[in-house]
Amino acid sequence: MTQVATLPDPLAEVAPPRGRSGGAAWAAWLARRLGLAVLTLWLVSVLVFLATAALGDPVRAILGRDYDTNVGRREQLEAQLGVGDSIVTRYVDWLGGLVTGDFGTSLANQQPVWQQVSDTVVNTLVLVLLAAAVMIPLAFGIAMISAHFRRRRPDTVIQTILLALAGVPEFVTGILLVALFSTSVFNIFPAVTIASPTARPWDTPEGMVLPVATLVVAVTPYVSRIVRATLLEVLDSDYVELARLKGIPEPVVMRKHALLNAIVPGIQVIALQLAWLAGGVVLVETLFSYPGVGRQLVDSVRNHDVPMVQALSMIIAGVYIVVNLVADVLSILLTPRARTAISS
Amino acid sequence: MTAPTRDVPQTTTPAGGLVVEDLGVTLTGRPVDVVDDIDLVLRPGEVVGLVGESGSGKTTVGTSLLAYSRAGALISSGKVLLEGRDVLQLPWKEVRQLRGEEIAYVPQDPASALNPSIRIGKQLVELHQLRGVGTAESRLQAARDGLAEVGLPNDDEFLRRYAHQLSGGQVQRVALAMAFLPKPKVLVLDEPTTGLDVTTQKMVLDTMAQLCRSHGVCALYVTHDLAVVANIADRVAVMYAGQIAELGPKDAVFANPSHPYTRALLDSIPHLSQARALKGIPGRTPAPGARPDGCRFSDRCTYVVDACKQQVPPLISVAPDHEARCIRVGEIGMWDINRGTVPDADPNRKRDVILSVEGLNVFYGRKQIVHDVTFDLAKGEVVALVGESGSGKTTISRSVGGLHKEWTGAVRFEGRELARSARSRSAEDRRRIQYIFQNPYLSLNPRLTIEQIIRRPMELFGIAKGKQATDRVLQLMEQVALGSGMLHYQASRLSGGERQRVAIARALAAEPDVMVCDEITSALDVSVQGSIVALLEGLRKERGISMLFVTHNLALVRSISARVEILQAGRVVEAGSVVTVMDTPREEYTRKLLSDSPRVG
Repeated sequence: MTQVATLPDPLAEVAPPRGRSGGAAWAAWLARRLGLAVLTLWLVSVLVFLATAALGDPVRAILGRDYDTNVGRREQLEAQLGVGDSIVTRYVDWLGGLVTGDFGTSLANQQPVWQQVSDTVVNTLVLVLLAAAVMIPLAFGIAMISAHFRRRRPDTVIQTILLALAGVPEFVTGILLVALFSTSVFNIFPAVTIASPTARPWDTPEGMVLPVATLVVAVTPYVSRIVRATLLEVLDSDYVELARLKGIPEPVVMRKHALLNAIVPGIQVIALQLAWLAGGVVLVETLFSYPGVGRQLVDSVRNHDVPMVQALSMIIAGVYIVVNLVADVLSILLTPRARTAISS
Repeated sequence: MTAPTRDVPQTTTPAGGLVVEDLGVTLTGRPVDVVDDIDLVLRPGEVVGLVGESGSGKTTVGTSLLAYSRAGALISSGKVLLEGRDVLQLPWKEVRQLRGEEIAYVPQDPASALNPSIRIGKQLVELHQLRGVGTAESRLQAARDGLAEVGLPNDDEFLRRYAHQLSGGQVQRVALAMAFLPKPKVLVLDEPTTGLDVTTQKMVLDTMAQLCRSHGVCALYVTHDLAVVANIADRVAVMYAGQIAELGPKDAVFANPSHPYTRALLDSIPHLSQARALKGIPGRTPAPGARPDGCRFSDRCTYVVDACKQQVPPLISVAPDHEARCIRVGEIGMWDINRGTVPDADPNRKRDVILSVEGLNVFYGRKQIVHDVTFDLAKGEVVALVGESGSGKTTISRSVGGLHKEWTGAVRFEGRELARSARSRSAEDRRRIQYIFQNPYLSLNPRLTIEQIIRRPMELFGIAKGKQATDRVLQLMEQVALGSGMLHYQASRLSGGERQRVAIARALAAEPDVMVCDEITSALDVSVQGSIVALLEGLRKERGISMLFVTHNLALVRSISARVEILQAGRVVEAGSVVTVMDTPREEYTRKLLSDSPRVG
C-alpha cells in the first residue's frame, strides 16, 4: 500500500477551462434545445388538432341547426375539412400544410388563413415589443431604487403601489387610463385604435400610447418585484460586502456587482410575461379595438372557423416556445458557471 | 512552522500604523452594545491576532476599522486613527477613497467573496480603473505582478477565469492579491483560512506574512482559532462578548495567559505533539443585550467570586504591554501550556475488530475516487481518516455508511459482508451503524422539535415509544449536555454546537455500535469542538462505541483517535497507531501534512 507520496500541485486542483474551442459544444447544446423545441411544437399540434377537429363533428358544430336543412353548404364544408378521411390522414394533411406554410382556408370568408393572420400577428408583436421596450428598463429601474432603500419609506411606498397595480385587472387599468388621458380629465390620446383595413395601427403613433401603457402597467409589477427580491439577496452576499469594503462607489456596486447577478430570474419572468402578452391580451385589444391576435382568435372561435383557430393556436404556441428558448439562452450566457459548464 | 520574528518597537507610540480608541458599536434602534471599549494599536509591519468565539464581535471590530458596519449595527463611539486622521469622522467620499487604498479587507469565505459573474482579471483592476490610476496596460501589469506575488499564474487564460474555475486556496489568494494591489497601509483579514485544509492554509498564511513583511503593512487577523494565531501573530487580542479580555505579545499570552477565558480557550485546543483531554467552555457566548453585569465571562468562569459581578473590570496590566480584564489576575495562579495532556492511545492494545473495509474502490460515474482502500476498526476504538480536501475521506465514510453505493470491494461488519446501499441493508445493520454529518445547520429538519428529532430513530427501530421514549430522549439530552428545557425547541433556536449535540444524541438514540463522524467539528468554534470531543471520548469509554472519525485536523486526531489512515488522492499512503504515524512518519506526504499544521506550544 505504500507509494511515492508526491504533493499535488495545488494550482492544478482545478483544470483550466479548455480553450475557447467550445463552439462545437455550444452548437450541440443549441441543436438539442432546438430539437426539444420542435418536439414541443409537434406535441402542441397534436393537442390543438385533437381539440379543434377530431373531437365531435366540426361540420355539425359549424352549421348548428342548418346542418340538416342546408345540404349544399354541408357538403362543401365536409369536402373542405376532409371529414370523410380518417383522422390520421386529416392530421397528416394539416401538419404537412403547416410545415410547408399552407395554413388552409378560412371557413368564414374563404380567404387563405395566412393572409388574414399575418397582419394581426405583426400588430400584436409590435404592441408586445413596444411594451417590453418600455417595461424592462422601467421594471429594473424601480427594482434598483426599491432595493437601494430596502425596508425604508420609499421602498414600502413603491412595493405597496406595485402590489396594488398587480392586483388590478388589466382592463380596469385600461379603462382608468382612458378616462384619465382621453375622455374625462385630459384629452390627449385617442381612446381607440383607428382600424382601417389598409393602415397599420402605428401609422397613428398616439393611438399606440394607451394600449402600450396598459400592458406596461399590467406586467411591470411582477418583473419588478422578482428583480427586487433577487437584488436584496445579492446585496446581502459576501462579494457585494467585499466590493463595498474595497471602496467601490455604491452606484457601481449596484450596477456591476449586484444587478449582473440578479438579472437571470428577471429574464425568466420577463419571458413568461411576454409570452403571455403575445398570446393576445384579449381584453386590452378589445378595449382599444386593437387589431391583434387575441381579438381575432376570439372572433374565430365564435365563428367556428376551425382552420383559423388552429393556425392562431400554433402561432401562439410557437411564440411561447421561442421566447422561452431565448430566455434560457440568455440566462445561460449571463451565468458564467452554466456557460463554462457547456463549453468544457 | 514558525512565526516570522521581527524587531517591532514595543514601547514607543507608533508613527505609522493604526490606533483604535474606545471603539463602540451598537444595534440600531436599541441602545445595546455589540462591542464596546475597544482599544487597539496596530504597529507598522505587525500582525495582531483578534481571537474569539462566534458572537464575540471580532468581525464587527474588523470591519469597523474601515468605517463599515453590517445592516442593523452602527458605529456609535470611538476613534480609528490612521496617520492622525480619524477614519470614523471622515466625510463619506474620503472614507470610500481610503477603503481599499489605505485599509484593505480580506474576506472570510473565499468561495463567496468574489463576484461569480465577473472575470478575476476584471475584478483585480476594477478599483484602479474606477479611480483612474495609471493606464489600462499599467493596471493589467499590476494585476499580473500581484498574482505572481501570491504564487498564482498570471497569464491571460488565468485572468479570464471566473471564481468558480479556481480552487478554494486559489480564490483566497486572489482575494489577498486584490487587497494588496492598491498597496494599503493596513490589512484586515477576517478568518481568511476557515474552510481551507492545512496545506492551503499554510500557503495562504505564509503568503500573507511575507507580503506584510515586504510591504511593511500592519494587519489585524480575525479568527476563532488560537492555533493559527500562535503561528502568525506578533500580538494577540482575545475578545469575549464584545470586549477585549486579554491583550499582549503572542509569547506572553501563550506562556502566561492571565484571563480565565484565554485559559479556557487554550484548554480546548488540541496539540500536535501530545494527546490532551480537551475541555469545552460550559454555556454559550451571551448575545448582545443578554450579557451579564460585571465581568461578562463571570457566568462561565471557574474562578468567579462575588466581586466579579459588581462592575465591569478594567484592563489590568500584567506585564509591560500585557493586559487582562480580570480583577483576580494575580490570584489565579500560573498556567502551563501542557496542562491536560494525557497518554496517547496505547498502540499495543488488543484489538477486537468490528468493522473492516477491504479493497474499497469508489466511483462517481466513470470516475474512480477511491483506490483499493483497506483498514479496520476495533470495538471501542476511534480510527481517523485524514487528508486534504479531495482526498476521498468523506467518500469512504459515505460508502461505509451506505449513503453512496457505487463501490466495489467489501465492508464487513462482525465478519458479515454489508450490502452496498443503506436501503438494501437490514434494519438491524442500519441501526448499529449511525452517521453524523459535517454541517449541523443542514442536517437537522428545521420543522421538527428536538424531541421529535431524537425520538425518530427509537420509533423507527422499535427501541422505545410513548412515555418511555420521551424519558430516553431526556436521558440522551442529559448525556450530550443539553438542558431538558430545549425539548420542544426547533433547531433554529440552537447554536451550532448545540445542534451538533442534537445530531449526536439522534445517532445515540439508535444505540449504535459504530458511529461514522464526518468532519463533525469543522463548522464549530474551537471551544465547542473541545466539548464535543470530550463528549465523544466519554461515549467511547462508557459505551464502547467505535468511531470512524473523518477530519483534516491532525492535532485533533492526536487527541481523539487510536489509529489513523492518511489519505492522498483516494489512496491510503500511511496507516498505523497515532503515536507511530505522528511521531515517526514514514511518508513525505505525512511529514508535509504535519509540518503544515499549525502548532501550539
